[in-house]
Amino acid sequence: MSRKLTYVQAFNEAVRQEMAVNDDIFCAGEDIGAFGGVFQSYAGLQAEFGKRRVVDTPISEQAIIGLGVGAAVTGLRPIVDIMFMDFICVAFDQIVNQAAKLKYMFGGAATIPLTITTGGGGGLSAAAQHSQSLEALICHIPGLKVVHPSNPYDMKGLMTACIRENNPTIMIKHKRLLGMSGEVPEESYEIPLGKANILREGKDVTVIGWGRMVNEALTAAEQLAADGIDVEVIDPRTLQPLDTETIIESVKKTNRAVVVHEAVRFGGLGAEVAAQIQEEAFDYLDAPVGRIAAPFSPVPFSPVLEAHYLPSVDDIQAGIRAAVARPGI
Amino acid sequence: MELSTEVQMDLHRRMVRIRLFEEAAGRLAEAAKLPGFLHLYVGQEAVASGVCATLSDDDQITSTHRGHGHLVAKGGQFNEMMAELMGKATGYCKGRGGSMHISNLDVGMLGANGIVGAGAPIAVGAGFANKYSDNGNVSAAFFGDGSTNIGAFHEAANMACALRLPVLFICENNEYGEFTARKDTMAITDIVDRAAGYGMPGVIVDGMDVVAVHEAAVEAAARARRGEGPSLIEAKTYRFYNHHGVQNLGLKYRTDDEVAVWKERDPIFTFEDRLIEAGTATRDDFDAIWAELRADIEAAIVFAEESPLPDPEAVLADVYTLMTPAEVTA
Repeated sequence: MSRKLTYVQAFNEAVRQEMAVNDDIFCAGEDIGAFGGVFQSYAGLQAEFGKRRVVDTPISEQAIIGLGVGAAVTGLRPIVDIMFMDFICVAFDQIVNQAAKLKYMFGGAATIPLTITTGGGGGLSAAAQHSQSLEALICHIPGLKVVHPSNPYDMKGLMTACIRENNPTIMIKHKRLLGMSGEVPEESYEIPLGKANILREGKDVTVIGWGRMVNEALTAAEQLAADGIDVEVIDPRTLQPLDTETIIESVKKTNRAVVVHEAVRFGGLGAEVAAQIQEEAFDYLDAPVGRIAAPFSPVPFSPVLEAHYLPSVDDIQAGIRAAVARPGI
Repeated sequence: MELSTEVQMDLHRRMVRIRLFEEAAGRLAEAAKLPGFLHLYVGQEAVASGVCATLSDDDQITSTHRGHGHLVAKGGQFNEMMAELMGKATGYCKGRGGSMHISNLDVGMLGANGIVGAGAPIAVGAGFANKYSDNGNVSAAFFGDGSTNIGAFHEAANMACALRLPVLFICENNEYGEFTARKDTMAITDIVDRAAGYGMPGVIVDGMDVVAVHEAAVEAAARARRGEGPSLIEAKTYRFYNHHGVQNLGLKYRTDDEVAVWKERDPIFTFEDRLIEAGTATRDDFDAIWAELRADIEAAIVFAEESPLPDPEAVLADVYTLMTPAEVTA
């Protein structure tokens, strides 16, 4: 029987089901205990598992990540929460120089089964310090894995995989997707990290997007279908490691590609995807790889400014049309 | 506290092992046989030795740039340490870490650290795991006076106290943060003043007196093991060499006279004098110990020099823990 959960409920269920079967798992973060987290991601978990396993911490992002690193390297399987993705900047040393590197620096001796969860993305008028999409920063760091689900089904399967993963993994929850509803199996399941999902098959152009943007790309694709443009939509689901193979295979079929993300365009992950496509499929391309992304400014506050700033379905459609309009070879 | 002869000789032995390792590393660096930076622990031996003598392999420590001494005191072996400093495949970190990241999880040493203050939050995490598992183990964070000016220290100290974790905060106050005097970078004289701000006890000990350090560490560890939370120990000590490298005199930021005064209080030689005076050991006993350990370090240098270099083709190994058979064979 099908059952629907929201994106945030799917997250919560993954954590609860894994905690129920593995006492090595604990959660720590700001406001996650009695309150359940500002997004209610951890709702009910302290009541179910107790204060020993669901820990309210001080507002100390460096120490929260350090708590996770130290507990992970000594045998536990921590889930630590950084409320807003913007706040990873406060903890960047512990993420970049410690969590990501201990294993390598120690000659492989360390294992860091740490999951860092955080809320990313804009669209809530939360302004410049509570809205960023900083995936490019963390995908740049060897040693980390980065996951960004676009729907409730993927959320549960990917979060389960993150918790079972033996490497430091950052799970980005998109704040605008928290209430998104979708069918989610009750039983526990895992979606393997590093495996992209072809959400829509098409023959004319490949669109690659993640988080909320891939859903916007799907909407754009459905609308363009009426005009006879057949769009393939790929959700990498895991941004590090990136499933380049699935993307390249698709582009070899469609000969055109557009990357969509909410982060600013300059130095965004779209640049990496575009580079890999031209390296691996240059001879197949009929158009430059398009990039639809935010302009190079902080995320603005006013709803009218933010709506203009974030890529929209119309922006994505325009980008796809531009790629398809090229005559090809 | 009346320490047994066995414990006192153990404290002495740990200090001599550190001194010999560091002096050997210094000589090799001067001969351009060690790549990278070298931060020598000479002068501060009493701190690592006094603390680690009350810890078992199951207790964890985090360390600093100046981490060789901590690993030696925690039970690190000369061969694997010297090989690591030379960047050899047989080193503790297979040549991936070097001096600044030297570690050995088997003895509970969670790494020297190239980032000032970064070890303290990790020690708090280890302390959390110990409490969570109710295993009776403790963790100790070693850090310098300078690192108590960085945010990570304060976050770690507060969190350890808020969560009442079995953690020892061991401040090695050597009066200099890199090349700048402590008095120029903080308005307090004693780091221990900071302990009260987090709600933990703090004590000052003579960091050149291994017995004083040890007694304070025994008490702090016992307190932590009883579930009464963290403590801060400030050990007043001094590094005989420069922040990095082997220069010790003629430095722009401290006087040779100051160095001479501190060297008079050498933690090893003063301890030997006390033990001889007390009739605990003789000069011949100490000569024999130095000779034995000197032979060990010479053998370790040979081991390291004769060890193979890492395979450059394997530079990508150990970035990630491999999860699936497909990853393992890739």
